[in-house]
Amino acid sequence: MDLGQLLAIVVGAMFVSNFVLARFLGLCPFVGVSKDSDSALGMGMAVIFVMTMASLVTWFIYTFVLVPLEITYLRTIAFILVIATLVQFVEMVIEKTSPTLHKSLGIYLPLITTNCAVLGVAVVNVDSFMTADLPRNASFIYTIVNGFAAGLGFTLAIVLMAAIRERLDLVDVPKSMRGIPITFIVAGLMAIAFLGFSGLKIG
Amino acid sequence: MSAFRELTKGFYKENPVFRLALGLCPALAVSTSVENALGMGAAATFVLLGSNIVISLLGKIIPAKVRIPCFIVVIASFVTIVELVMGAYLPELAKSLGIFIPLIVVNCVILGRAEAFASKNGLWLSIMDGIGMGLGFTFALVLIGSIREILGDGKLFGYMVFGPGFQPVLIMILAPGAFITIGLLMGWFNLLDAKMKRKAEAAEQARAASNARGGR
Repeated sequence: MDLGQLLAIVVGAMFVSNFVLARFLGLCPFVGVSKDSDSALGMGMAVIFVMTMASLVTWFIYTFVLVPLEITYLRTIAFILVIATLVQFVEMVIEKTSPTLHKSLGIYLPLITTNCAVLGVAVVNVDSFMTADLPRNASFIYTIVNGFAAGLGFTLAIVLMAAIRERLDLVDVPKSMRGIPITFIVAGLMAIAFLGFSGLKIG
Repeated sequence: MSAFRELTKGFYKENPVFRLALGLCPALAVSTSVENALGMGAAATFVLLGSNIVISLLGKIIPAKVRIPCFIVVIASFVTIVELVMGAYLPELAKSLGIFIPLIVVNCVILGRAEAFASKNGLWLSIMDGIGMGLGFTFALVLIGSIREILGDGKLFGYMVFGPGFQPVLIMILAPGAFITIGLLMGWFNLLDAKMKRKAEAAEQARAASNARGGR
């Protein structure tokens, strides 16, 4: 484990293979909650939090439950249950401890259970770190850093998109293209910009 | 007749991708070629059919408060079946679909149908709804997939469509092509819808006018 590797993971998850614009994960909230930048930022924060927590918890489940019992083929069922429980639990804890935070994040949390980016980051972690022959502490740290950076990448994309859509409100878009269609065209243009990162190699 | 309507509504009227904007992630991610699109469509249709059958049978037993977790477990079981079967018999397809097979679990089309249709309707209609929505989803994927494969690779099902002089538009195979294709297709569907509505209104007005004349 070295810092160069960690930096490569962060840049990879945020820019080179951005979860939204290159991997097509989490498109529903990306299209649905990007109408204004405040709620986009709220959604982004909630996703960063849940993705990091989900990476942590699924690492423990995979390493200490699924592998010893030799039932790794049940990972999809195990992960989705763990993530759904986690989201519910986090919501209850936040509601009890910090009502202000709950007000700003609360409405987005239930939506996150069916956000494919969260289950996606867990599956990507398994494929790229947990099944690779890495020492346990390295795979643990890589997993968490990857979860956090993927959340940051999602936030970056959704906040940029919200800023563009706020401007787009002032534009005379053809009637049949208003709403979701023009959002996709904008996302396509953003994806072209993000393609510029694709030659980037660090470490 | 109503079973037939459940079967066909998925193609245009309630097409999950273009009209309801559900299941967008797999629709964009695996539509780089028609073959992948068909594979993904078949997998999703199987899961949708299976989960619709089980949930319509269990609809009255599952308590309303824990229904969503129950639905997710049922769906995840079928997804695991698909994952194992595809890995065993179609390893290449499984490899090119990658993480999007386990991610069928969080495909909102499937959970959406379980919640909105299968848990409230009988077995027969739920089967029809599952097949119809699955086919509609497959249709959307194949439409996007064929546009992207023809323009981005000059091929369809791996066969050359254009002559050797064709310069493939590489960007259509890459991520931006998917976004732009689906944006334009959705816009086109909206346009068709508006046109059909106008036509229906005009027909209505004509009928009302002729009725008025006939009455006089």
